[in-house]
Amino acid sequence: MKKLFFGVLAALTFAAGGAFAGTLDDVKARGNLLCGVSTGAPGFATVDDSGKDVGFDVDYCRALAAAIFGDPMAVKFVGLTSAVRFTALAAGEVDILARNTTWTYSRDTDLKQTFLGVNYYDGQGFMVKKELGVKSTTELDGATVCIQVGTTTELNLADYFKENGMSYEPVPTADNAESQQQYLAGACDTYTTDASALHGTRVNLENPDDHLVLPEIISKEPLGPLVRHGDDNWADIGRWVLNALVIAEEKGITKANIDSWKDTKDAEIHRLLGTGDDDILAMVGLPKNAMYNAIKAGGNYGEIFENNLGATSGINIERGVNASWTKGGILYSPPFR
Amino acid sequence: MSAPSLPPSESFKLSMLLSDTRYRGMSLQVITFIVFMAVFFWLVDNTIKNLALLDKDVSFNFLWLRAGYDINQRLIPYTSDSTHGMAALVGILNTLLVAFIGCIIATVLGLFVGILRLSKNWIVAKLMSAYIEGFRNVPVLLWIVMVFALLTEFTPAPRAFKGAEPEATMLFFDSVAITNRGTYFPAPVLAEGAYWLLLCFGFSIVASIYFIRYANKKKKDTGKSLPKFWVSSVMIVFPTLILFFAMGQPVSLEYPYLKGFNFKDGIHLRNSFLALTLALAFYTSAFIAEIVRAGIMAVSRGQSEAAASLGLRPNKIMSLIILPQALRIIVPPLISNYLNLTKNSSLAIAVGYMDVRGTLGGITLNQTGRELESMLLLMGFYLAVSLLISSFINYFNRSFQIVVR
Repeated sequence: MKKLFFGVLAALTFAAGGAFAGTLDDVKARGNLLCGVSTGAPGFATVDDSGKDVGFDVDYCRALAAAIFGDPMAVKFVGLTSAVRFTALAAGEVDILARNTTWTYSRDTDLKQTFLGVNYYDGQGFMVKKELGVKSTTELDGATVCIQVGTTTELNLADYFKENGMSYEPVPTADNAESQQQYLAGACDTYTTDASALHGTRVNLENPDDHLVLPEIISKEPLGPLVRHGDDNWADIGRWVLNALVIAEEKGITKANIDSWKDTKDAEIHRLLGTGDDDILAMVGLPKNAMYNAIKAGGNYGEIFENNLGATSGINIERGVNASWTKGGILYSPPFR
Repeated sequence: MSAPSLPPSESFKLSMLLSDTRYRGMSLQVITFIVFMAVFFWLVDNTIKNLALLDKDVSFNFLWLRAGYDINQRLIPYTSDSTHGMAALVGILNTLLVAFIGCIIATVLGLFVGILRLSKNWIVAKLMSAYIEGFRNVPVLLWIVMVFALLTEFTPAPRAFKGAEPEATMLFFDSVAITNRGTYFPAPVLAEGAYWLLLCFGFSIVASIYFIRYANKKKKDTGKSLPKFWVSSVMIVFPTLILFFAMGQPVSLEYPYLKGFNFKDGIHLRNSFLALTLALAFYTSAFIAEIVRAGIMAVSRGQSEAAASLGLRPNKIMSLIILPQALRIIVPPLISNYLNLTKNSSLAIAVGYMDVRGTLGGITLNQTGRELESMLLLMGFYLAVSLLISSFINYFNRSFQIVVR
């Protein structure tokens, strides 16, 4: 009896202990990917009129799911506020976090996260109502500022106002929707977050022309997907799906023309799409055509950008530094070999 | 004649631990204890193993690191250069402020509503029933959000006070401004000599307490009652008032005024604070009202009838006969309502009020990634505060209990 009890005890302890080892195996066993996204950031993760998850971060997770299962819909999206996202990831509630999260030193080291790369080079901006007559952030002395709690923007804000000798009153909010509501109700003079999110929020307001995103960008906010420390294979999969999307744009592979590359002389494209002889994706435990499926899911990086943030989406964000290095941007993927 | 033989002494067998009533109780307790300790040990061990697996350790050093974020409502000096520990302290004080003010409002409101619900006036009684049922049966989170929405949506922005013909004006001779960012009151400014005034005021209060004691004693001994209320009010107000003018008005009021985006100076009660405190107070007052009603109804009807036959007026009956007896029933459940209010204040994040859950358990937790440590500290704090409140009120409760001679 005693032996049995301690046997059970030991088994339970070890079972609970080994939960984080093989994330890919866990995902495969479960049959879907758990992807942590924003609870509502226009352009990055929202729900469209038909109830489907759409957005820049959403499309990345769909590509990842397609790479693993061959099915871009084999993903379950978990809406997370900025305050709970790291806890949810650390506790294993999601397999990957693609929630416009800024890559910083302390998050990488102290929070024990592994960032997989940058999928969007962003910066912190401010949105104001035009009737306020404010044209620059330097005129914001004494303003009341709506800000999402637990974000890097909160720290940048404190630093920026201090550096410039200005005072402000923070109004902490839980997520983008609440910030937007407070801002519209006039409970704060300005709303600050990543400029991309501000643009996304602005076009969805009732009268976008009444609002202005100020020209100053006060910080570097490289956004990217991230996973827990401790499973390098899983991190490699996420990193290379992101790289594959970037390479695809560089090579001109699109959702529409992806099937027409069988006769190309470019060996890297054959490796990427799995149309060649060598099966290098077996190294991380993915099927040979994993990246083919990933690109097929939502198109290459450029297409995903256009559909969610660019002209097609109505948000109209310029590619800017987020263009491929071949077109004057800084997106540059390591070679796929 | 042989000595009465003792029952044959049985030798102890292991099975007797369960079958023999002499040992069973003890052995069951030992087993329960072992199981409890095993589960506890397993939980702790599992936590440590999982943390190690995530490459995390348990450390409270983050409390001494620079916080880097600002907090809007600060009762002590704090900047973004202060430590996470200071941020937690700012949050703790904000929590205690809401709990303290909330408990006072809830008690006063609850007492009134509870008594009025027993009113013979049909309309008053029904109105109070509606108040109680309305607040008691809707989750407090919804009330907090509701009050906050009312405060922010239906009040003017500071900009509305601008211009030659402003849309909104300040109340009470330009001294109080109600805006969608909070309510601004004039703040007292202490000039030189103001401390003498405070000292005088303190002495007046102490003196009036002695007077009330003297009056009570006199009433007990001789049956004569002195005008306690009037005399003590005069004792408190007049010396300070005379000194105030004699010293050339050393205390002035600093009025809030509009500058730039917001009102400056004065006392700023933020909408987040108002919404949280009021909603918690209304909600808890509904429960307190029911406790008060129960306490009053538990006092035998004969008591009030006997008092009435002695010729006491209804409000005297209430304050002299019924309430003192009802208090014995009211106070113990009151404690749990105070504790509930204090703990419910952790819903503050819903309206962006920076209580200890918002600073230590919110921003600090998120920026440092110390979930376990922050949560342990938070639990320790709420536990300590709850125990303090209940021991404090239990102390008072003892003085209400019947002293058996």
